[in-house]
Amino acid sequence: MGVTPARGPGAHEEVLDPISPNFITTRLDFLANWARSNSLWPMPFGTACCAIEFMATAAARFDIARFGMERMSFSPRQADVLICAGRLPFKLAPVIRRIWDQMPQPKWAISMGACASSGGIFDTYTMVQGIDTIIPVDVYVPGCPPRPEGLLYGIMLLQKKIRGESLADPTLRQEQLVGPDGLFRRPEAINEVSEPFGNSISQTRSG
Amino acid sequence: MTPRTVEFDVRTPAVDSSGRLVQAPLGVARRASEHVAEDFGADHMLINIGPQHPATHGVLRLVVELEGETVRRVIPHIGYLHSGFEKLGEYRQYNQIIPLTDRTDYLAPMANNIALAMAVEALMGIEVTERCRLLRVIAMELSRIISHLVWAGTTGIDLGAFTPFLWMFQERERVYNLQEAWTGARLTTSVARVGGMMADIPEGWEAGLAEFLRTFPATLREVDAMFTRNAIWIGRTQGVGVISAEDAVNWSLSGPMLRASGVPYDVRKDRPYLGYDEFDFDVPVGEHGDIYDRYRVRLEEMSQSVRILEQALARLEPGPINVSDPRVILPPKSRAMSDMEAMIFHFKQVMEGIRPPAGEVYMGVENPKGELGYYMVSDGTAKPVRWRIRPPSFLNLSALPRLCEGALLSDVIAINASVDIVMGEIDR
Amino acid sequence: MSEAGTLAVLEAARASARAAIEAFGAEHLRHTESCGQVILHVAPPLAKQVLAWLQADPAHRFDYLTDVTAVEYRDPERPLEVVYQLRSLERRVDLRVKVPLDPEGTLQVETVTDLWAGAEWLEREVWDMFGVRFRGHGDLRRILMWQTYDEGHPLRKSFPLRGHRSRAEQTRQALAANPEAHYTLEEISIHEAYQELPPDMQERLRRRMEAGS
Repeated sequence: MGVTPARGPGAHEEVLDPISPNFITTRLDFLANWARSNSLWPMPFGTACCAIEFMATAAARFDIARFGMERMSFSPRQADVLICAGRLPFKLAPVIRRIWDQMPQPKWAISMGACASSGGIFDTYTMVQGIDTIIPVDVYVPGCPPRPEGLLYGIMLLQKKIRGESLADPTLRQEQLVGPDGLFRRPEAINEVSEPFGNSISQTRSG
Repeated sequence: MTPRTVEFDVRTPAVDSSGRLVQAPLGVARRASEHVAEDFGADHMLINIGPQHPATHGVLRLVVELEGETVRRVIPHIGYLHSGFEKLGEYRQYNQIIPLTDRTDYLAPMANNIALAMAVEALMGIEVTERCRLLRVIAMELSRIISHLVWAGTTGIDLGAFTPFLWMFQERERVYNLQEAWTGARLTTSVARVGGMMADIPEGWEAGLAEFLRTFPATLREVDAMFTRNAIWIGRTQGVGVISAEDAVNWSLSGPMLRASGVPYDVRKDRPYLGYDEFDFDVPVGEHGDIYDRYRVRLEEMSQSVRILEQALARLEPGPINVSDPRVILPPKSRAMSDMEAMIFHFKQVMEGIRPPAGEVYMGVENPKGELGYYMVSDGTAKPVRWRIRPPSFLNLSALPRLCEGALLSDVIAINASVDIVMGEIDR
Repeated sequence: MSEAGTLAVLEAARASARAAIEAFGAEHLRHTESCGQVILHVAPPLAKQVLAWLQADPAHRFDYLTDVTAVEYRDPERPLEVVYQLRSLERRVDLRVKVPLDPEGTLQVETVTDLWAGAEWLEREVWDMFGVRFRGHGDLRRILMWQTYDEGHPLRKSFPLRGHRSRAEQTRQALAANPEAHYTLEEISIHEAYQELPPDMQERLRRRMEAGS
């Protein structure tokens, strides 16, 4: 088995070649993915209004326990999926980065709400314009806040993504760290996704 | 102080000064031991609670200096949710600020929306219609109920009672149904507009509210039965986090925090707005200033809100929901397309926005968390010069170091829960 | 509120304003009104005394500090004002006190934390957002932004909505900031442990102590 250079943003290690899939690996994959997708322990990184809808999703009416996710893990060491529910200011950026780094593999991230996905209505000096500039995100759930049904749909999408994973693919469970330049994404990419649009940020027009 | 209606002589095993095992009253045993310094040495431990923590009710960081289990000092750090609301408001027209207000205190969004509309109407000297006024009272009292329900549920979780959280959220879902039927959104309602509301209540909404009011008091009674005489609850909340009335006034506390200490300041009674002086309701005022009194005040406030809602519902008459003031309300489409004057008003409003005269106003309302104030400064243009949110939780939380003096570590969590904070409002 | 009730409250606020002007002199104080609320404008040197007088004087007893904030106008001719919102709980009267400062000059006023404890965090926020120093505050550090934030004071009109730097640069600074490492010496009262702290933290604390607040 040879060695291929690591791929993906922020990847710093070299990985082994993937094993070619066969009957055994696909059966193992099915088992592992079934177990993982149906017992995701969320790490609720709830900051703002989306956290309230997240709590409503966990409550009796929408009942996230149907998905095996009622056991909220506030310790990242025991969590599977980080659900960033709410806006993320720059002051909180190193916190979420550290929480993400503390989570052991396999881990996924759901960006819940418009603010976590893109900065939302807050195109200001304090707001991270999308947590995917800080951590890798698997599923984005739009909404302000998304309805609990919307979050559940996002969770089901994540489950579908997990079911499509393969144990034999080493690039999947690779840690994506902050690079030596202190950034997770290339600066041009961050600036590109954070460009202002419309006249929503311009000073008053009417005088 | 008058003895409480419910006081248990709860005793716990403790060791007295001569080393014998005695049964000490719970209040006594939990005070800081004088022997701690000898037992544990003079080392203080500095621990960090948050900003990511299940029990901080948001992204709050508490730096706690401990001597054994006793807190010597607690210093809150905020700003982890600072979003630049006040700056953003300077770049938005007045009606565009209403959706921003949903997101400050997201537990009681309709109350914030209405307070902002009231502030701008005060700047412009506009008086809303009778139906609008009553609907605003209904919206504000519903917001009070849902905010206190979250408080009761999450405080219960912090102190170990999980089931009431589910009951509270089930009741909240019923109010969310009403909010969604009215505004289209469960949480970010944006229900008010300057000069009126975003829409009138739909068919059957009054019946839905009446149904809610019919069954909600039973839930309140269940919560009462669960907590008020519960020995665990009493042991953890009576005598904990005490602040005197003079200190509460000096620390600028407001809302149930202030009233639980015996200061009867309620903006609805002392500086009435929306015609609250015409409603018949009481304001619960505590005496001991501890967590238990704050719990009793909030629980009773929910019952009083039900009273106000019943009265408002009874007085609701058909009528216009918006003022017919072309400065703030768009003329009806049929007229805007046919009548020249209406077309000009429509054009000016859509292109330039609402332009209050130059001036400033401080509009304080009784939010569930305390006195919410919007201080708006206008220079005659469509966007405010300054939009200041006076957040009740900000000031209530600033007293946390004072409240936690001499408490145990687990009391810090209970006291923090009793302050009833919402970080969106604190950090703005 | 009934018309008569509102008028009575307004008259009481006007009376307090006029009494203050009489006590301290009309060359430093003046009174205006806006939207049925009374505003007392006080020159900076007298601000603390007037506020203390309003709190203590038995005829006025403004014992409740509702808010401390600041306003900077778009018109560069107008001053940057520090705004105190006061209330007398027993008399049910509100009064606003404004202290004008030169927006181009040094922004400084006396603290009122010794009068109202609630001013502690409010003044920190005004410092953070506007850069107004409160003499005698004792713990004047940023409250909403992180301690090493150096882009400026966000609510000034000269500060753009999206900040001065590019998003990538802001993200880089944010990831490097590590807010949890910033303790003040007041928080760490364990002076003996100072030697055990990591050297960069020691350096920061030493610099803060030398710079003062």
